[in-house]
Amino acid sequence: MKQMSLQGRSVLGLSDFSESEIERILEMAGQMKSILSSGHKKTDLLRGKSVVNLFSEASTRTRSSFELAGKYLGADVINITKSGSSMTKGESMRDTLLTLSAMGTDAIVIRDSSEGAAFFAKQTSSPWVKVPVVLNAGDGAHAHPSQALLDLFTVRQAGKKIRGMKYVILGDILHSRVARSDIVGFTALGAEVHLCGPRTLVPRELESMGAVVDSSLEEALQGAGAVNVLRIQLERAAGGFFPTLREYSRLFGLTEERLALAEKDAVVLHPGPMNRGIEISYDTAYNRQSMIQEEVRNGVAVRMALLYLTLTGGGDLENCH
Amino acid sequence: MRIVIKNGQIVIPGEKETVRGDLAVENGLVISAGGTADTENSEVIDAEGKWVLPGLIDMHVHLREPGQEAKEDIRTGTMAAAAGGITRVATMANTSPVIDCAAVLRDVLQRAESEGAVKVSVIGAVSKNLEGKRLSEMGDLAEAGAVAYSDDGHYIENADFMRRAMEYADMLGKMIIDHAEDRTMCAAGHMNEGTVSYELGVTGRPAAGEDIAVARDLILSELTGCHIHIAHVSSGKSVALIRQAKKKGIHVTAEVTAQHLFFNDSYLKNYDTRFKMAPPIRTEEDRQALIQGLLDGTLDAVVTDHAPHANEEKDAPFCCAPNGMAGLETSLPAVMTALYHTGKISAGQIAQVMSSAPAALLGVRGGCLKPGYPADITVIDPERTWTVRGSGLYTKSLFTPFEGITLKGRAVMTIVDGRIVMREGKVLA
Repeated sequence: MKQMSLQGRSVLGLSDFSESEIERILEMAGQMKSILSSGHKKTDLLRGKSVVNLFSEASTRTRSSFELAGKYLGADVINITKSGSSMTKGESMRDTLLTLSAMGTDAIVIRDSSEGAAFFAKQTSSPWVKVPVVLNAGDGAHAHPSQALLDLFTVRQAGKKIRGMKYVILGDILHSRVARSDIVGFTALGAEVHLCGPRTLVPRELESMGAVVDSSLEEALQGAGAVNVLRIQLERAAGGFFPTLREYSRLFGLTEERLALAEKDAVVLHPGPMNRGIEISYDTAYNRQSMIQEEVRNGVAVRMALLYLTLTGGGDLENCH
Repeated sequence: MRIVIKNGQIVIPGEKETVRGDLAVENGLVISAGGTADTENSEVIDAEGKWVLPGLIDMHVHLREPGQEAKEDIRTGTMAAAAGGITRVATMANTSPVIDCAAVLRDVLQRAESEGAVKVSVIGAVSKNLEGKRLSEMGDLAEAGAVAYSDDGHYIENADFMRRAMEYADMLGKMIIDHAEDRTMCAAGHMNEGTVSYELGVTGRPAAGEDIAVARDLILSELTGCHIHIAHVSSGKSVALIRQAKKKGIHVTAEVTAQHLFFNDSYLKNYDTRFKMAPPIRTEEDRQALIQGLLDGTLDAVVTDHAPHANEEKDAPFCCAPNGMAGLETSLPAVMTALYHTGKISAGQIAQVMSSAPAALLGVRGGCLKPGYPADITVIDPERTWTVRGSGLYTKSLFTPFEGITLKGRAVMTIVDGRIVMREGKVLA
């Protein structure tokens, strides 16, 4: 069977991708991971291609992994941050995108605090310039597709079958792009996604996306195959979503004791950055079941796969060195 | 100058049946309506198959003058009105400077007199600089010609201040037009709160924020006796609250926009800023409740809330774009497409909610084609189809939620004081 080509496709959210397309990306990520694990990481698969990371929010993981992913594949990668760009002089998002596109970039990786920013980027054009492939590296609380892909990849790497598994997302679902992309990605591959956290941060309306909202942490964790613990932001307390971090931690922090309710070998994930001792205990963050550092490693492989597939369509990887 | 509109269906507000016949106009006034008119020395307009309505009146418009001419000005805004079949607009006070004193209001009226393609009424601010803290000189504003008071765009948060404002407005015999959205619940939001906003991750403006605000002001209207007019009702629960208040005899009226009657929040799934407005486009259930409210008389008037923004402002990521859309050229076609061609509303009801009711609410002469009334007339081709393109509109805004949508039913002629200001979509005044 001829494999579908993702060449030229933008990745704004996983809902645009079929199950088999997601599988194709994950399979390619596996091949990329073997390149990463080999002694010599540098390839020329994307030689002659250029990638711009346009980040208007702080980021450690996503930005460096997109940058390294591009560089390991031989692409030229540059980073633009809002504070170091003409956006501080008032240049609009539209003009920034057109300017970067006019330089002949092949992909724009965009991170922005505004939901829909990646959609906006993809739709931006002028009579002379079209914005190239857009990869959404997180737009507000909307989507973070590469994170969901690396979560899928990591859970599978831990030996878990996605189809039929209970996948729990714990914490501030309301403000989380990771949660929304995980719901889409994991349900697409047949998992049952459960959401849990304070009522103020877990909108029941998200059941319309195919997730189940659990009313107690115990109910959610019972029989879970994987638990993704979300970062809780300090300022949410001021917003009235919960009284104090202390109480949050007491009611919803993932501890060894609570984790025991899940399957024996349940996978623990965290998209980072972690507040150890708040949403996740120190022990749990570093126990055998924790795949948190592995997620970071896999993030590079997944982003290599995304860049390679969208910029070239994905040819034979034999003899790529 | 004498005009005879021949053989049209003359539409009488609120009446089911139309009257086939001629409408004669002379010296800016209606001379006769119905029967056969003498066409000697007259410009004769063939209106076979067309509707002849009292000129449409839009009681909720932002002409943006003074100070925000990058968004719209009196000239372009009233040309858009003429193109849409609208013979009079009432313009809101949230300009820069705010229309909160007689001097500014007189200036707007003067500019409208010289630049306007259609008639302009002016709504004065309730509070100085729309801050909700000190009353504007409402008496002065009334003398200068204010038809009503509104801090539109802002809900007056302080209940005690609102009470005083209502008492004072009532003393002057004018209504307060109320933008009812509780700020603490809604200000941070960008669209209706519901399954769509939660999926998109966008902070919502819950309908509850509107309902709470409406409920408070209905109570204050009951307390003060002041006529409160709820602007752009968008929530089904608010319709129910207003219906109940009307039954109780509270002096309340209300309006709904054409876009809230036409769209639901599923149109926002691609973060399209053209659909971004306040109050937001809500759910299909809300839309159906609005239609029901219009049909049973709970909602008195259809408006545009024409609130254009500069193109560079709307061409931005969804959460960065301002609320508001241009609507003057699409409101009648939208209402006809959504409600007339689906059999929900008659020509007579359209004339009522888009002409006679707003005329009565604003206290202006219009909304009627009886002899002696001003010859403000809208001729409509109910079967005319039109695919909307923002680039082809008279408004300065290129952004319309109707972009690419084909609408059926459109004004083909607009007459103001016996002068033809629009013919076949082309503005002549």
